[in-house]
Amino acid sequence: MTDTKKLTKKDFSSDQEIKWCPGCGDYAILSAAQMAMAQIGKEPSQVAVVSGIGCSSRFPYYMSTYGMHSIHGRAPAFATGLKLQNPDLSVWMITGDGDGLSIGGNHLAHIIRRNVNINIILFNNEIYGLTKGQYSPTSQKGLNTKSTPYGSVDRPFSPLKFALGAGSTFFARTMDTDPKHMIEVFKAADAHEGCSVIEVYQNCVIFNDKVHDQFTNRKTREDNTVRLVAGSPMVFGSKKDKGIKLKDFSLVAQEFEDESELVVHDPSKPSLAHMLSEMTDVVPMGILNHRVGDSVYDRDVHSQMKDVLSQKEKGKIEDLLYTGDVWEV
Amino acid sequence: MQEQQPQEVENIVIRFSGDSGDGMQLTGGQFSATSALMGNDISTFPDFPAEIRAPQGTVAGISGFQINFGATEINTPGDQPDILVAMNPAALKANIEDLKRGGVIIANEDAFTSANFKKAGLEDNPLEWKKLESYEVIKVPITSQTKEALSELDLDTKSKTRCKNFYALGMTYFMYHRELEPTIRWIEHKFKGKQTLIDANITALKAGYNFADTIELTGHRYRVKPATIEKGTYRQINGNTATAWGFIWAAENAGLNLFLGSYPITPASDVLHELSKHKNHGVMTFQAEDEIAAVCSSIGASFGGALGITTSSGPGIALKSEAINLAVMLELPLVIVDIQRGGPSTGLPTKTEQSDLNMAMYGRNGESPMVVLAAKSPSDCFTMAFEAARLTLEHMTPVMLLTDGFIANGSEPWKIPDVREEFATIKTKLVTADDYKDKEFFPYDRDPETLVRNWAIPGTPELMHRVGGLEKEDRTGNVSYDPANHELMVHTRQAKVDKIADHIPAQEVLGDTQGDLLVVSWGGTYGATYQAVNQVRANGAKVSLMHMRYLNPMPRNVSDILSGFKKIVVAELNNGQLKGLLNSRFNCNAKGYNKVQGKPFMIRELTQMIEKELEDL
Repeated sequence: MTDTKKLTKKDFSSDQEIKWCPGCGDYAILSAAQMAMAQIGKEPSQVAVVSGIGCSSRFPYYMSTYGMHSIHGRAPAFATGLKLQNPDLSVWMITGDGDGLSIGGNHLAHIIRRNVNINIILFNNEIYGLTKGQYSPTSQKGLNTKSTPYGSVDRPFSPLKFALGAGSTFFARTMDTDPKHMIEVFKAADAHEGCSVIEVYQNCVIFNDKVHDQFTNRKTREDNTVRLVAGSPMVFGSKKDKGIKLKDFSLVAQEFEDESELVVHDPSKPSLAHMLSEMTDVVPMGILNHRVGDSVYDRDVHSQMKDVLSQKEKGKIEDLLYTGDVWEV
Repeated sequence: MQEQQPQEVENIVIRFSGDSGDGMQLTGGQFSATSALMGNDISTFPDFPAEIRAPQGTVAGISGFQINFGATEINTPGDQPDILVAMNPAALKANIEDLKRGGVIIANEDAFTSANFKKAGLEDNPLEWKKLESYEVIKVPITSQTKEALSELDLDTKSKTRCKNFYALGMTYFMYHRELEPTIRWIEHKFKGKQTLIDANITALKAGYNFADTIELTGHRYRVKPATIEKGTYRQINGNTATAWGFIWAAENAGLNLFLGSYPITPASDVLHELSKHKNHGVMTFQAEDEIAAVCSSIGASFGGALGITTSSGPGIALKSEAINLAVMLELPLVIVDIQRGGPSTGLPTKTEQSDLNMAMYGRNGESPMVVLAAKSPSDCFTMAFEAARLTLEHMTPVMLLTDGFIANGSEPWKIPDVREEFATIKTKLVTADDYKDKEFFPYDRDPETLVRNWAIPGTPELMHRVGGLEKEDRTGNVSYDPANHELMVHTRQAKVDKIADHIPAQEVLGDTQGDLLVVSWGGTYGATYQAVNQVRANGAKVSLMHMRYLNPMPRNVSDILSGFKKIVVAELNNGQLKGLLNSRFNCNAKGYNKVQGKPFMIRELTQMIEKELEDL
């Protein structure tokens, strides 16, 4: 019955009351993820959402799929174990800037390094929300928060640089104010075989309101972000009169006369992704980094298991008990 | 010349001791395997430093391997060695106090140089010490003899020198009538394709054997007859291998994949090594980035329908506690193996201790009941690993299995069990949509008898649900902050664990169930407490032994047993953790007998303790 029915957003919504603050960017991300999953078309029973701790990590409770709300920072490890045991499952992981890059930095680095075939949505609001407003590892230097009354003196993390450092094969950036873009990016992430990381610029209305405003509000975002399209020159601006040029080994945003002056996006080039990671005034959006053909951990684990099974018979415990020297009394 | 008849003895304790790089573990292992194959009962005790190659010649770098082999039942590696093979002065210095008075010392004379005395912190040649007059010292130039025996072989001097352990082994094989064949077979297998190394090691082994014959060590020749043990097919097994196999058997029995998430740590890594070999048994091993990821990946796999286990030692278990607590809250299967070592902190990585019982019982936030089991011997690790898996799968709650460095690395002969006969089938709580044709599915619905929930794994149509660390509403599993519900859930999780007492064997007692003194022990000290209580009982004393393997919940009859004795002494390798547990639970006024030296109990210290306690009654 279900195979003929077209899936909708509703098929991915649970009956639980959503308890994020009114105006929180999380609502839009949840909705976009549900819509993307409906379009991808996997039954909710074939999907599992694993999260850590934080506002964003309440996400699984609002999904009608299988889900696990785990412990702070460790979602990548739970997700890896689940994916290894059940490789056909579509596994999505939800994390935030604190959960993923602070307490769980180690695990996030390693799931990206191993290239486990799951999709990670990293909600970046540059603040700790659930603990009520301390600075996070992505907070800008100088930020005044409850734990930094004289301003933060920490240097912030760039999620993209972090992911590239760990050997990321898919990294995309999107924003909570653009559902259409989010859905596109989520679907592309799911289509990638390997570890896909999606950084979402998410707004915390209570503790860090408008932190991404210049890049996300409809009035200014066209002039402050570049929508990357593979194979196309990097054009941006409300009048499409600006673009990204290569100067002195750096990418710079300038007006242009002819598109031939501009860099053509190629997400398969890590060196370009590294240069894109340096852009902070004008911020690139979309799929920044996409490499295919790398080894995929869960696939390789299972193919190794299959190889061994093709060489040896399926084992029985007696095979072990009677190996080596045994003797009769 | 007529060969002198070897003396017959019941058992012999031999200790090989040398530098960490001298191959003493291998030498001891070969002696043990050969003795087991020859029908002796054996028990072994590998004892080595945490450093891989501590400075050569120093006491810190000494690695030892002790074997007790006998014609009677052997339960411990022996209190005191009868013979010490000392490959250098440091080995002699480190072990001389342990050796039985009148015992034999075989010393590698070549290593007794002034340079080595200095490295060992000695001012003079220990071979000339007056106290050595109480021993029989056999000085043998083992290094130079080995080199000489291998002079014809095309091999560098360093490689030739490395064969000296086989020369020493050959000598002991002559002295104790050991067959050379099993070791020759092992060498041929180990160095397959490297003929020169095969020749070198076999030549060294035979040269040592023949040398002992030539110098007429016949006065030191002993025969230890095969032990009269139960009929059956036997093999040698150490605790870590038995643990690994116990889980493989449990997974096979339950029809599940076995998933091990682990991070290297002494003395637990060998379980990871062993399990990683057996992919054709449906075993998946994941060497995680840290201890936390190791346990979390196992919980993830368990959520996905595997038998998820994680193996570690004290410091690693400490790191895992938050995740273990999540598994308590989620009510998913998970076995945590703590192969205990000396603590606190990094402590004594290669030495044994039983000091993690409190951590197993209480080392988590909130009201978090844990099922705790402990294996009593190397081979018992097989049974208890299976038991841990059975309980976690049938009761949907984490189980902690405690072993220790002593039984993990120690080995003994093991009568191979008829697993299909001796172990019951594990009944998992797996469900599918078909189980819910007539009723609604709730993830935290429980069996009214056992309070156990069902296990619906991701990918199962129609049974989608969410689990999490937040308190959950009874039945539905939805997040709930309701005060009464929280109390209900806390009590339910506790009651579920308490009810496991109905599903474990009754506590056994060695000796009468009433008497003057009850010795209580648990886990890896069984060999020593069993022997000690038996010895004192043989003199007619009213002492019994209650050795525990199920520590939480405890068997229902423990209370009755405790009340049958005038005095209770709990012997354990810690500051009194089980004693505290028994006193708080049963108010039984138990005394403690404790040792915290990183070493196992000796039988005679226990017999002395028992005799004194009986006198003071």
